[in-house]
Amino acid sequence: MTTNDPRLRALAATRWRVALTLTAVMVVVYFGFVSLIAFDKPLLALRITPGLSLGILLGVLVILSTWLLTWVYVRWANTRYDPELHRLRQ
Amino acid sequence: MTPSCIACGSSVLALLQAATTQIGEPNRVAMGFFFLFIATTLGITYWAARRTRTTEHFYAAGRVIGPRQNGFALAGDYMSAASFLGIAGLVSTSGFDGLIYSTGWLVGWPIVLFLIAEPLRNLGKYTFADVVATRLAQTPVRLAAALGTLATVTFYLIAQMVGAGGLIKLMFGIRYEVAIAIVGTAMIAYVLFGGMIATTWVQIVKAVLLLGGAAILTVLVLARFGMNPMALFAAAAARFGDGVLAPGKLVTKPLDAISLGLALMFGTAGLPHILMRFYTVPDATAARKSVFWATGLIGAFYLMTFVLGFGAMVLVGPDVIKSVEPGGNMAAPLLAEYLGGTAFLGFIAAVAFATILAVVAGLTLSGAAALSHDLWVSVVRKGHASQQEQLRVARLATVLLGIVAVLLGISFKGQNVAFMVGLAFAIAASANFPALVLSMFWRRCSTAGAVASMLTGTVSTLLLIYLSPTVQLDILKHSAAWFPLKNPALVTIPLSFAVGVLVSLAAPEREGEDGYQYVQRRMHLGAAE
Repeated sequence: MTTNDPRLRALAATRWRVALTLTAVMVVVYFGFVSLIAFDKPLLALRITPGLSLGILLGVLVILSTWLLTWVYVRWANTRYDPELHRLRQ
Repeated sequence: MTPSCIACGSSVLALLQAATTQIGEPNRVAMGFFFLFIATTLGITYWAARRTRTTEHFYAAGRVIGPRQNGFALAGDYMSAASFLGIAGLVSTSGFDGLIYSTGWLVGWPIVLFLIAEPLRNLGKYTFADVVATRLAQTPVRLAAALGTLATVTFYLIAQMVGAGGLIKLMFGIRYEVAIAIVGTAMIAYVLFGGMIATTWVQIVKAVLLLGGAAILTVLVLARFGMNPMALFAAAAARFGDGVLAPGKLVTKPLDAISLGLALMFGTAGLPHILMRFYTVPDATAARKSVFWATGLIGAFYLMTFVLGFGAMVLVGPDVIKSVEPGGNMAAPLLAEYLGGTAFLGFIAAVAFATILAVVAGLTLSGAAALSHDLWVSVVRKGHASQQEQLRVARLATVLLGIVAVLLGISFKGQNVAFMVGLAFAIAASANFPALVLSMFWRRCSTAGAVASMLTGTVSTLLLIYLSPTVQLDILKHSAAWFPLKNPALVTIPLSFAVGVLVSLAAPEREGEDGYQYVQRRMHLGAAE
């Protein structure tokens, strides 16, 4: 395998694209939440049930989103990226 | 406040404490658990010391730590007493606002996973400077990276040590200086004799204790509300007003919130003691899985601290919490005492102590690696040092840093150092993260560019935090601050990237560009190829 192996380059480009997309989603989710706190406090104060405000729900969803996004990435990397690397090594 | 008033304040405090809590009294159970923890971890250290024969053992635990173990160790390195006691305290006194910190401290982990963990594992050996220096000139890169590392570690250490001294004094009733000395001595023992093997297992024990303690407390709280968190929140709103479920006074200026958010999000990906952990696993796949574990554990921990904060608010009450410690830091221990008596208070106090000890051990090891691996071995000895010499220098650096940490802890006694955690994250995000990203992913990144970026990140962050309202108004009591933001990351992260790019373009480097192919290959295939 040469240093310019096009298959490795393609795999690297795919990984980069997946990583950047997921990073962008995380940035949007978190800074969306922070922006709501900064710019629209009354909206987050809205009650869904007596014990649950929209702010608490969204905050918990931000935490759950970190689990979901890391799970999506790890699953992609384990089932797509690693096997392709394995083929490249041979 | 006049001295006499401080005295009357503290006697009122003593009366209140006598009436409501055993906090601050010598607690036999706490002492018992604490000595059990020290004995266990020193036993681990003895076991680890016999296995620490090479630098690969000392810095990277022989690279045999499994993904789940490293996930717990990462969580142990990251979950500080500040997040356990501080966030629970903030929630107990102001409700929703604590969630702003919980989310901020968590969202950096996916970034670590997507951008940093695997390439770092494949490109480096012991420190993040290994990665930046892969295709660039060793000496200048190592010098600049060591500066960024030591600045981050120092401010984080000061915040941890001062917090440790204060908390231990408050919980065990022993003197501040004695508490600092105990933390310093135990931490030096772990790192000096057991290196990364001992440090990793201390983190794992601590993470299990902290998560276990928080989980028991959470279940005890929820049991009072039909195992339904919303019933707890509703009770809080009924007692203290609907405001506790909505954003309050923490975020007033939007730009402050965004700047702090940037520091927390990208700072996590530049913390030297976190990055170092990725070298302890066998390969990139294990590094990836370990971040997944860490994200899950830390996220669960923050969800639990939110419940604990509301539990303390409803069951103990904000007034009692603030009367014991104005910052609210004793909310979780008070809740433990309310729910499980003095014995459970003792357990939680010992867990908080173990938490601090483990974090400072991880920090000290990463600082020692910068001093010995980056500065001594790579810069002074140009990579030609025997294993014995490298280990000797690493251990010397450990003792040196441990002593410095104790002295800093004592000299900053009584000062407001809470901002230093934010400062450490801002330096990590501005000095370490941009250089890592540029050197790994941008072909034209040159030695001059990377060095300029790291120096700009460190210096501009320090300068702007000095000129910020945090230091000018809160600490120096000046009437105005030249720089408007409390945390400078919003300015310093883009600035470091821009300086890195512009200087790389102005001072290009043939060897660096030629080496990019090698970096790209090795980033995916690892060193084995």
